[in-house]
Amino acid sequence: MWKNLCQKMFGRSLWVYHANSGGCNGCDIEVLNALTPYYDVERFGIKLVGSPRHADVMLCQGPAMRSTAQALKRAYEAMPAPKLVFAIGSCACGGGVWFDSYSVLGPVERIVPVNYYIPGCPPRPEAIIYGVAVALGLVNKKTVPVQFKELELPIPRYHRSELRGEGELVVYEKAEKI
Amino acid sequence: MSLLSKLAETLICLKTERATLPYPAEAKPVPEKFRGRPIFDASKCIGCAGCANNCPAREILVYDVCQEIRIIKYLGLRCTYCGRCADVCPEKAITMSHEFENGTDKIGDIQQRLELFMSTCQRCGRCFKEPSVLEQLKMKGYRFDDLQNERWIFRSQARLEGDAVVDDLKIEMD
Repeated sequence: MWKNLCQKMFGRSLWVYHANSGGCNGCDIEVLNALTPYYDVERFGIKLVGSPRHADVMLCQGPAMRSTAQALKRAYEAMPAPKLVFAIGSCACGGGVWFDSYSVLGPVERIVPVNYYIPGCPPRPEAIIYGVAVALGLVNKKTVPVQFKELELPIPRYHRSELRGEGELVVYEKAEKI
Repeated sequence: MSLLSKLAETLICLKTERATLPYPAEAKPVPEKFRGRPIFDASKCIGCAGCANNCPAREILVYDVCQEIRIIKYLGLRCTYCGRCADVCPEKAITMSHEFENGTDKIGDIQQRLELFMSTCQRCGRCFKEPSVLEQLKMKGYRFDDLQNERWIFRSQARLEGDAVVDDLKIEMD
């Protein structure tokens, strides 16, 4: 759905606004590196603008921090309506290495809705361009969740159908009875 | 003189090739020691959870569903690709791949989940993974003790409680 929307709404170009809410500047440097003639994202019409009012896309770097959460939210609200948010780097995607610090609230998802994630610490300029190209529909995404499951044998003690719950709260109901 | 130098400069400019990398169309190979997404190999993993203990971002979770099943989950949200998990892994089950094109629209796409059958040490009660397939077949999970009635027989009720040293002796006597 987002792909179609992107192709309709942002057919010509994306103007990006680059919001750092407390990162270490590593991702900033990589984003600016993507704008240099070597990588040259202006091929796709991507342009860096200074104000969120001119922007279609917000590139969030750094975790949501206590001191900058309000400012980030105001910057998001100032953007005109068809807007996308990219979380760049592991801080913006999941809170970073200092996720449990007192001043870090967590990923930027807590403050603004995020549409695309580009993990990496910092992501390479190529990785950022790839993430933007996924959003533009130029390439297909490569990542798939990987699950490894053991073989189910004819007389198992463990029946997968007896598992209840989701995520970390999986309970095996018959564990006591066996 | 200045005109000549300008002409020379023009020649140099004409000779130079295109500087821009046409990235999504063709990629440049990554450096030799580049660390990308860690890849978990379930066939080598013994479930020791050393990676989970050493992860600075606490991104690898280990939890036991029941006595025999251990689940190792790599979330990848705030992974900094430091490669400590690959360094500490005794079986080299984790390799840092060269994959860096991880941009997605769902954060769950980076996740990896391993389900491991673990057997229990009769002495200490800790889980370990049987090294070979034949030894895995000896596990309780694969067969019944009492084939006629299709149930398991628990031979020992020994528990470690109270005076650990004394009870240890009792178990040895059993």
